[in-house]
Formats: sequence, structure tokens, C-alpha cells
Amino acid sequence: MFSRAYKAAVTLPPLMWVTVFLLMPYLLMFCYSFWSVSASQTIVHSWNLANYRQLLQVDVYWQTLLRSMWIAARVTLFSLLLAYPLAYFLSFHAGKRKDLLYQLVIIPLWVSYLVRAYAWKTILGSDGVLNTLLQYVHLTKHPLEFLLYSPFAVVLTLTHIYTPFAFLPIYAALEHIPRNLVEASHDLGATPGQTFWKVIFPLSIPGAVAGATFAFVLSLGDFLAPLLLGGPSGIMISNIVVSLFGAAYNWPLGAAISFCMLLLVVSLLFFSERLEKKWSFS
Amino acid sequence: MMTTSEIALRAAGNSARGTTLLSIRNVAKCFGKNAVLRDISLEVAEGEFLTILGESGSGKTTLLRIIAGFETASAGEVWMGEERLDRQPPYRRRVNTVFQHYALFPHLTVEQNVAYGLRVAKRPEAEIASRVEEALAKVKMSAHAKSKPSKISGGQQQRIALARALVNRPRLLLLDEPLSALDANLRRQMQVELKSLQREVGISFIFVTHDQEEAMVMSDRIALLRSGELEQVATPREIYGHPATAYAAQFIGHTNLLKGEVRGGTVRCGPLAWSAALPDGPALFSLRPENVRLTAGNVPTSGTVRVRGRVRHQAFHGATELIRVECADGLALVARTPGSGGTLDDVELEFSSADAILVRESPERI
Amino acid sequence: MELLVSDARFDSGPRWLLFHTVAVFAFLYLPIGVLILYSFNGEGVGGFPPHHLTLDWYRALFADEPIWDSVVNSLQVALAAMVISLTFGVPAALALERAQFPGKALFRRLVLLPLILPGIITGLSLLMLFNVTGTKLSLMTIVLGHGTALISVATTEVFAGLQKLDRAQEEASLDLGANYWQTFWRITVPNLKLPIIGAALLIFTLSTDEIAVSFFLIGRDNTLPLEIWGRLRRGITPEINAVSTIIFVFSLVAIVFWYRLRVGGEGGADAGTEIVATAEGEAA
Repeated sequence: MFSRAYKAAVTLPPLMWVTVFLLMPYLLMFCYSFWSVSASQTIVHSWNLANYRQLLQVDVYWQTLLRSMWIAARVTLFSLLLAYPLAYFLSFHAGKRKDLLYQLVIIPLWVSYLVRAYAWKTILGSDGVLNTLLQYVHLTKHPLEFLLYSPFAVVLTLTHIYTPFAFLPIYAALEHIPRNLVEASHDLGATPGQTFWKVIFPLSIPGAVAGATFAFVLSLGDFLAPLLLGGPSGIMISNIVVSLFGAAYNWPLGAAISFCMLLLVVSLLFFSERLEKKWSFS
Repeated sequence: MMTTSEIALRAAGNSARGTTLLSIRNVAKCFGKNAVLRDISLEVAEGEFLTILGESGSGKTTLLRIIAGFETASAGEVWMGEERLDRQPPYRRRVNTVFQHYALFPHLTVEQNVAYGLRVAKRPEAEIASRVEEALAKVKMSAHAKSKPSKISGGQQQRIALARALVNRPRLLLLDEPLSALDANLRRQMQVELKSLQREVGISFIFVTHDQEEAMVMSDRIALLRSGELEQVATPREIYGHPATAYAAQFIGHTNLLKGEVRGGTVRCGPLAWSAALPDGPALFSLRPENVRLTAGNVPTSGTVRVRGRVRHQAFHGATELIRVECADGLALVARTPGSGGTLDDVELEFSSADAILVRESPERI
Repeated sequence: MELLVSDARFDSGPRWLLFHTVAVFAFLYLPIGVLILYSFNGEGVGGFPPHHLTLDWYRALFADEPIWDSVVNSLQVALAAMVISLTFGVPAALALERAQFPGKALFRRLVLLPLILPGIITGLSLLMLFNVTGTKLSLMTIVLGHGTALISVATTEVFAGLQKLDRAQEEASLDLGANYWQTFWRITVPNLKLPIIGAALLIFTLSTDEIAVSFFLIGRDNTLPLEIWGRLRRGITPEINAVSTIIFVFSLVAIVFWYRLRVGGEGGADAGTEIVATAEGEAA
């Protein structure tokens, strides 16, 4: 229906921009990962697999990656546990307030990440709000140290950040369930509880998978929360990358790690997409 | 004001012939300030096929949903046997529904859909298997047991919805305009099938539709609903032959609505006049087109009314024709004639005065 | 025992569900509340309960020059990024929704990838590009970074708007004698006004808050988040609370406005979620 000129005008500019500023940089990163850095801090374009070998052999990279994945897994789990019932409540029990409540959920999403992470720092510190409160009501005598500069703080903060992210697709999926299916289930004798597990939950799985993927991928690659709140025990893989591009100056190694992360994310996306398709029934 | 006989007729119509299964007593429903149902009282007999007929907005779906349990009545009670039905949640009622858009579970196969109610009730697997097989055979869908709903046609989905409801052996089956999404031929076929299925299964069906032809074909009784009130409840023949109100006369089938004036035992309506034992004053009559004939040219018998006029419109309906004739004093009559072909011009029409049925004016509802 | 009713009154479900909902909202808003509260706290950070309330920190903020420079920088960047994202994002949406061409699937994934990819990867890959081409890092490089990353936002918003557009309208226009270009400007674009404005607002807000990509592309001049970041590294000052509160208020206004724009008419579930959904490759 649309002329070739129209199609060309509409397709070519974004295609070119995206090729130059997205595709090529990724390819470039791929190339960098095969280079190395010389003693005088310059990048040597000698192609080798040294960086990848280093990743596989040196412990700290593996351990940090695993710790990052463990943190991301916990963040995903908690975000889902918080977001799903919330989405369910909004979709099925909120009545007229649904819209208002929905806005209330997405507002924190757009409030600066930095602001929120920093706020948690204020709350969790040894003379932060939480500790002072606990001592004030005489629940504890000394400030709890593990609250800040620990994996706990990172998981807590990232859960806070990514719960609304997990909420969005779950809510969308729940909203798309025709209400007459719920009525049909009741009509056939199923209680609301049975209806949830037999009808509503199965139909909401694609949304839950999407939410989980978001939470996992984004928290895996996060470097700000660990920097602010993680302390030495809360370092994640992205922090290593950041330092390799900063003080530790080893761009090729950093590129190698980044590229591995890119591959990991892309394969996770692929996998979750397949999972969603399998569970999608409309 | 209703006459005593009309009240009696109404009561007889509203109450069931045979044992009463369902008793709807003075049910009313308001959504905010909107009164969707006002003071509905109706009884449904065991084994009866009752149709609730009405336009959109008449409240028919709301009434059905109150019986099913998806709405609560603002006033009134619903009883099934000795129990108050409206106090129970939908999943406790021995009532099942066939939904307008079928509401089949997309993530379950046809078989699993039909088995749903039995699974929920935790029946033994062997029993579930045999009952599901029986239900699928009854609606002629056994071959599709393992398919998903998205893979079968609308008509087939509708049968599955039916099987899914019936397999639970409810005391009452509710059908919410189940045939409205089907094309005309399939619809006619399904009407016949549904009716014979109901006879076979023997339980009461309450069928909701806006299609008056459908209602007449299938029902034992029709409850005509208008703006939240019952206009008339009677068998199809009674409603057709003796409509209580102008609305009933016009909604069901075609009719000529004649506004006449009675004086001294004679009804006058434009160029028409006939004698009737009625008090003086305005009167409204319903005259069906099939009772208006072209004069054969013989001597009129007593009680026959004749009038001349000019044919303004001729509509071919296959076996018959509907002609619209303009007579004197702005009176227009529609007559149903055998489709003999040929264009008609000036004609003389006749009808028997006994066929002009007195009807009540239908009050304007807010 | 719940009854399923569709009356005006809603049934609030099991008690624990209501409790959970309230708890989650409390969790989501707790840090924000603390922040706002402490921006008025005379003793700065820490200590509970806050003692004397004061506007001192706001006063200090207004006298703080570097902060205001960074605010101006952020606004400039956001505006420029908005232009880039819309210029390339709107045609991209049209291309995805209308045209068939080889490599379309790859194109779609590429455009939407920055939405779900951690910002560090996008930032670093661009850094390498600039390094190889010898481009100096400056506000310009940040603009390029934001513009590229946020194309996906423009594309998803406009794509959703296109899907809601009734094709019959455009066909009617062609039928009545308008050619493709006229139809585009007279029918398609006016119908896309709302999604485009919504996208613009969203891109602007996201750009002013953006830190992950900016982190690697920064030159001499700071954007506001990076300025705040720099100070955070040095130690917490309560001024940060004050500026954060102000940022919150602005974001709040912007997002509520955006939501009203998006929703005017249809259900709320879609607002914002096709961004998430299409990042998973659902939409196309």
C-alpha cells in the first residue's frame, strides 16, 4: 500500500543510525576483546584470546560473576513476590481506584535511580534512619552493621528499583485476561482460589516471565547500587568492568567481560521469549 | 389499568405450568441511579424452555446474571426449590451458564475445558472421562477432544461451551445469546439442535435473546422484557395471537397498529369501521398482515372490513409478498399476500374484524 | 467468602492481599518520603526523629553554582537527545509497522535492545566507538549516547499508537484522492500526535535522570545526575536531599502528565507496558 519511496524514506535513516551507533559499537567491543594493553598503557591491536583465557582461569572474575547472578536471582525472586500480588490486586480488586493506583506504582520508576539508591543509603547507614529508629525504640543497642555496605543492601535497593519493572508486564498480562473466563470458572463451581490457580495464573505466565527477565538482566548489569551500597563484599561484575575502564586501565579485558555480558543477556532474552511463546494462548 | 382477566392471564403466564423450579420474586436492580430491572416476578418450571426476549438495554442479560450469581439484586429474592439462590456465590449454585462469547479457557484443550467443572468438584478420574466423552458425543464434537479452542470454529466453540455446562448436570441451564455470533444458516441449525437437546436432557433452559423469531421457534414460553419490566409472559402462540400491548404486537412479528375511536359500539379508524363491544373512547388494535387479504371479489361476510387503496411498496419474501397500501385519511396497511408475481397498483383489501386484537398502549418508560 | 460482583462497589479480596498491597506501596515510597523529610532536617542526614525543620539546605542549593551549571547541561542534553530519538524513532516505528524488508527482525531487536540491556554495555560500546574515531568526550557524546539509547522509547510509543490507528482512515484518504505523502501528513501524523508528545516527555525525563550511559561518555561538563554522583562519592551532604526532592517533584509532574496524555480514552494497562513488552519482542 505504501510507495517504495515512502518505505525507503522511513526505513533508511533509522537503519543507518542504528548501524553506526549500535551495531558497530557492539562489533567494536567484540574486536577490542581480542586486543591487549601494553605496559605503557596503550592498546595493542594484536589479536589473541588472552583476555578470554584470563576470564576463565582467574578466580575473581568467575566468583564475581556468580555472586552477581546470585544477587540478580534474589532481586528477581523478591521483585516477583512483591509485584505479582500487587498486580493481581490492582487488576481484579481495585475497582474505580485502579488507574490512580497504577500511576502510584509507576511514579517511582521515573524518579531518579540515583535519588532512590542514595535514599536507601541514608536509611541503612549506621546512624541512618533505620538504625536510629531501632535504637530509639530499644530494639537494638548498637547499629546493625550488615544493613549497609553488604550484598543485603544491594539486594534490597535493587529490589526496590526493579519491582515496578516487574509489575508492568504482569499487570498487562492480567488485564488482558477476559473477565468472562473468571465468571465461567466460578459458574462451573471453582472458588476464587481455585480459579486463580487454574485459570488466572496460567494465563499470566508470559507476563511474569517478561517481568522476571527484566529484573534479572537489569540487576545483573547494575553498577551504581553496588558502588554506593555494596561495600567490598557487594561488588558485582559491572564494577569490575568499570574499574577496568578506569583506574585498572585494561580496556580489552573490560571489553571481553562486557561482551560476555552482552551474549548472556541476548541468550537470556532469546530463552525467555521462547518460554513466553510456549505459555501464550491467544 | 389492567382488567381482571388480564391480571389473571398475566399471573397465569408468569407462573409455571407444572412444578416450579425457579422462583424470581420482585427482583429489582439498579446500577447507580440507573434502574435496569424493576419488580420482576417470574417462575420457571421443571423441564421448561423459557426465553427472555428483549432489546439491548432491556435488562435481560442483567436478569440472567442475577440468576447465575454474577450480579446481586438490589431488591427481591430468587428461590430454587426450598433454597434461596441469591444468597449463594455462583460456584455453589446448581446452575450453569453458556456465555455469549463462549468463554472457553484458551490454555486448556476441548476435553479439559469440558472436564473443568468435574475436576473442580474432585470427581473420580474414571467418572470424569466417561462423562466428558458422553457430553462431547452429545454435541457431536468427539473428534476435537484434544484440540485447543483457538483451533476450532465459532460454531464448534459454542457446542463445547454447551457441553462444558451440561456435563455438570445442573438443575438449570442459562444461555446468554449463544447464537448471536453465528451466521444465519448455522444459527437456524443450532436452534433446532438446542431445542432437541433440551428435550433429550430434560432440564430447564433459560435462553436470552433479542431475536424474536428465534424465541418463537425454540421456546415453551417467552418472557418479553422491556426497559426492565415484564411486558408479557406467554407461550409463543399466545404472544403472537394475543399480544397484550402495542409493544408486544410490534416487537414480535409484523403488525398493523390501528389507532381507533370507539363510539356507540362501533370502532372507527380512518376509512375503516367495524362493530365491537367496547366502551367509548380511544382504542388500539393489532392486525397481523397475514390476516389482511386481497379481496377475491365475492360478497363480504359479516364482520369483514373492506378498504380500497394504492400499493406503495411491494417486498418479495420468497413464499409471500408484503405489500404496503395507502388508503384514505392517511391510513397505511401492510398485507401479506401469496407471492403470485406481477406488480399491483390499485387494490381492495379485506380483513375479519375478529382479527383486530385490542392491545394496551405501552407506557413510556424513563 | 468473596462474591464476584461487577457493581460499583468493589470487593477488596482477601485481607492479606490488601495488606500486601499497602506494604508494597509503603516500601516503594519509604525512601522518597525519608528523602523529602530529611531535606528539611536541620541536622542533616541521620538521626531520628528529625529535629528542627529548616529551609537552609534549599537556600544552600540555590547558591550552588556548579549544580545549576549541570542543570543547564542536563536540559540541553535532554532536548537534543529528544530531537535525535524522535527523528529516528518515529520512522523506525513506521518501518516496523508497515514495511517489509530483509533484516527486519534484526533491526527490530537492535532498536529495542538498549531498553533491556544494562546501560553499562551501551555506554561502553559507544565509548569504544568514540575512542577509535578519536572523538573527544563532551556533552555531545552524551547527547549521542542518550539519543541512541532512547530511540527505543520513541519507537515503542509510536508503534503502539500506529497499531491503534484505524487503517480504514488512511484507505479512505487515498480513496478520496490524496496521495501517500498527503495522507501521511493529513491523517497519519495528526493521529500520532499524542504518542509522539508522550514519547517526547518520557525521553526528556529519562534523559535528565540518565546516569549509566552518561557515566562513560562524560567530558568536562557534568550533567545533573553525574554532578550529584560526584558529590556523593565525596560524602553525603544534605543539599543532595534538597536537590533530590526537587527532582522528584519535577519527575512526578512530568510522569503524571505523560500518563494522562497516554491514557486519555483507553485503559491504563498499556501505558508504559508496551515499552516492556516490545523489549521482549512481543509487539512486532
